[in-house]
Amino acid sequence: MKYADEFRDKEIALGLANAIQSEADPQRPYRFMEFCGGHTHAISRYGLEDMLPKNVRMIHGPGCPVCVLPAGRIDMAIRLAERPEIIFCVYGDLMRVPGSQGASLLKAKAKGADIRMVYSTIDALRIAEENPQRQIVFFAIGFETTTPPTAVMIRLAEKKQLANFSVFCNHVLTPPAMQNILESPDIRNIGRVEIDGFVGPAHVSTIIGTAPYEFFAEEFGKPVVISGFEPLDMMQAILMLVRQVNENRHEVENQYSRAVKRDGNLRAKEEVSDIFELRDQFEWRGLGQVPYSGLKLKRAFAKYDAEARFDMKELRVADNPACECGAILRGVKKPVDCKLFGTVCTPETPIGSCMVSSEGACAAHWTYGRFRDHQQRRAS
Amino acid sequence: MCLAIPAEVTKLLPDDMAIVSIDGVSKEISVALIEDLAIGDYVIIHVGYALTKIDPEEAQRTLELLHELSAEALGAMP
Repeated sequence: MKYADEFRDKEIALGLANAIQSEADPQRPYRFMEFCGGHTHAISRYGLEDMLPKNVRMIHGPGCPVCVLPAGRIDMAIRLAERPEIIFCVYGDLMRVPGSQGASLLKAKAKGADIRMVYSTIDALRIAEENPQRQIVFFAIGFETTTPPTAVMIRLAEKKQLANFSVFCNHVLTPPAMQNILESPDIRNIGRVEIDGFVGPAHVSTIIGTAPYEFFAEEFGKPVVISGFEPLDMMQAILMLVRQVNENRHEVENQYSRAVKRDGNLRAKEEVSDIFELRDQFEWRGLGQVPYSGLKLKRAFAKYDAEARFDMKELRVADNPACECGAILRGVKKPVDCKLFGTVCTPETPIGSCMVSSEGACAAHWTYGRFRDHQQRRAS
Repeated sequence: MCLAIPAEVTKLLPDDMAIVSIDGVSKEISVALIEDLAIGDYVIIHVGYALTKIDPEEAQRTLELLHELSAEALGAMP
């Protein structure tokens, strides 16, 4: 595949690993958080951790939209989906996310709810056009990457005057969450993790550009390197972070210049700002209430807001007390620190959200990283 | 959710839609978020939408830099 295969060359990866090894100061730790679940998945899948020196550690961040959706919002979605007049359209990776008491959209579908997995918002619109006698609700989740497709869909629904279409909006923003990891009082109570730099998200940044991270790098004195998702992209980004730390710099650098520009995708940003506005706060699993981190529909588009149309009640549900997803999402704990990991909680029977999505830290470790635990046990 | 792939635009369709080829597999996607698209352009697709065009010159520059960094490190090995 062009623009993918050439960024997976093993020889070059080994060269980059050598460069990191020789430039990282063995006397100090380097703790880099990859915010985005796509990066978490790539690190595990390509075994990049094995190529880094012991003192360069990757900390998995909360950038997996499925993982950060609180159980209460899943319960709200299930209640909506169970209404007989509704066809509920969702992205496939939401089907198995646990709500309260083991409920999930998949189980609701098995009990008869009309829930349909869609690949794209365009499919949801088509379903609305084909079923004028039913109410179609789209379960909108995700970071800045999936928000423009939702905005386009609402604009098209307006153009086609679809009265039977609405959106259950759970879109969230990346920069406030990154800030929250570094400064939230909640985090101080639960424990925090020292971070020396961030690997910035790839596809979120194609939309928002590199500019939003500049304040962040300046304010918190942390380097940020926007990185692509291929293994060589990530190795180069880690090398760039090591160099910034060594030179005591905290800048925003863009490794993924083939797809990310400073101002991002202006057309996509316009679509989003036409339709959405900030919520005062939004609940994240693992981070609690994060101010100005979520989006809602503007008043002019309120008729497409499922929460208003179906008078939905906000539900708050405590996570399974034994599940460590919250701490894992913030990088305070690792998947193996959770006593549910690999016992009752596996990708087949997920208890926490980090095990559901392939981008979740637990699922990535279960699929690609467990042999390392075994090696460590043998070595000790 | 965030895994997106590079694909080549093979046909432009009305209503901001296009056909792309992913390693020979064709798929219809929305290009509502992209300006000035031409056949032969590579885009990154995600949930059925093109998010951005891939800049071939920047991609080449990155590859050259990767080769350089790697060769330097391997050359410096004892």
